Amino acid sequence: MSSGLFISQSDKRPIYLQIMEQMKQRVAVGDWAEGQAIPSIRQLAVDLQVSVITVKRAYLELEREGVIVTQQGKGSHVASSPGLGTRLQEQELEKHLEQAIRLADMLGIRPKDLEARLRETGDRRMEKEEEQV
Amino acid sequence: MTDLAIELKRVGKRYPYFALDNIHLEVPHGQIMGLIGPNGAGKSTTIRILMGLVQQDCGDVRVLGRRMPAEQIAAKWDIGFASEDMRLYEGMTIEWHMNFIRSIYPNWDAPYAQLLLKRFGLRAEQKIKGLSHGQRVKATLLLVLARRPRLLVLDEPTTGLDPVARHEILRELTAVMTDEGRSILFSSHNTQDVEQISDQITFIDRGRIIDSMDKEAYLDRWRRLRLEVPLGIALPALPGIIGIRQDGRLAIATANVFAPDMANEYESSGARVKSIETMTLEEIFVANVERSREEVEA
Repeated sequence: MSSGLFISQSDKRPIYLQIMEQMKQRVAVGDWAEGQAIPSIRQLAVDLQVSVITVKRAYLELEREGVIVTQQGKGSHVASSPGLGTRLQEQELEKHLEQAIRLADMLGIRPKDLEARLRETGDRRMEKEEEQV
Repeated sequence: MTDLAIELKRVGKRYPYFALDNIHLEVPHGQIMGLIGPNGAGKSTTIRILMGLVQQDCGDVRVLGRRMPAEQIAAKWDIGFASEDMRLYEGMTIEWHMNFIRSIYPNWDAPYAQLLLKRFGLRAEQKIKGLSHGQRVKATLLLVLARRPRLLVLDEPTTGLDPVARHEILRELTAVMTDEGRSILFSSHNTQDVEQISDQITFIDRGRIIDSMDKEAYLDRWRRLRLEVPLGIALPALPGIIGIRQDGRLAIATANVFAPDMANEYESSGARVKSIETMTLEEIFVANVERSREEVEA
């Protein structure tokens, strides 16, 4: 089974984080269903041409976050928790919001002005979509 | 039977202008060990000692449970070794070499050898003297890989290769790891290769091992902290920080034993932590060598 994951050399983040993020994305968009079997650690390492220990770390952390479950002798599966995909997407949104706030803080933009900017961006996007229809 | 494929204890070797000193090295079965260090650090000498090609002055060397160099003949049935200075017969073809190796090693896997020929873009009827550097490296590795040895010892397997050839070699090396009983030790200048495929990293400089550990734990120990330091504020000296570079109000602190507390310590001294970044093995390599050079000068 091909994992469909891709490790980027230009991505400065550690490889285990890249693996974690892409696996979460696969779950978030519904490519990997709840309870579905995923490649074994060794399989994925060979597939991605990365070390076993790197994949092991990604799996351990994903397990800690409740995204996957690994059982001795049965391999690894996507966790069977309802709404997992949505939860992961929520987390993603949260991360982007935090980053926006941090950037705004560095630029000295007050929370109230940031809110206004967010609304403006949303309006612009809606206008664009209407034009395209 | 130990669970170590390679074990070096207190190994030393003295030459007139170079010495390997107190080398401890352990490679567990089923793992890839990457040996990194600058030119002349002692990587090749270490490899020659563990292959039994050079006798150590002191210390114990065990490879696949056999004492080296005393039991090297028995050990070498299960070891595949490739290095730059290995010579193939110039006037002979790749096929001649394949038949030669097959006649010696009963484990020779002929279908896999054919597959590797194809993957490496080599032709069996090519004579060695007509091969490019990259083709020679690939031919040498083919001869070693197709024996399916339990341990592969490769001295600079990717040096001087183009990106495609490098990729082909890395793919075959990681494929070896499908089998949990097999192990690889390889040396490289290319930190990207080591960062990508090794489970363990050993860092060697000027004849000494600076670090040897699990790659994930090793990368995780290092961080770069970007700081904003108001005028008149002096940064405190923190254990685990190996260097600070300051230019005006901006400073970069490099941690080789990072602890989240460091950010608090800097903040309470009056500085502001702008970001905490992970480091690539390449950046760690440079920081490590610079530090070790500074220690020599001091």
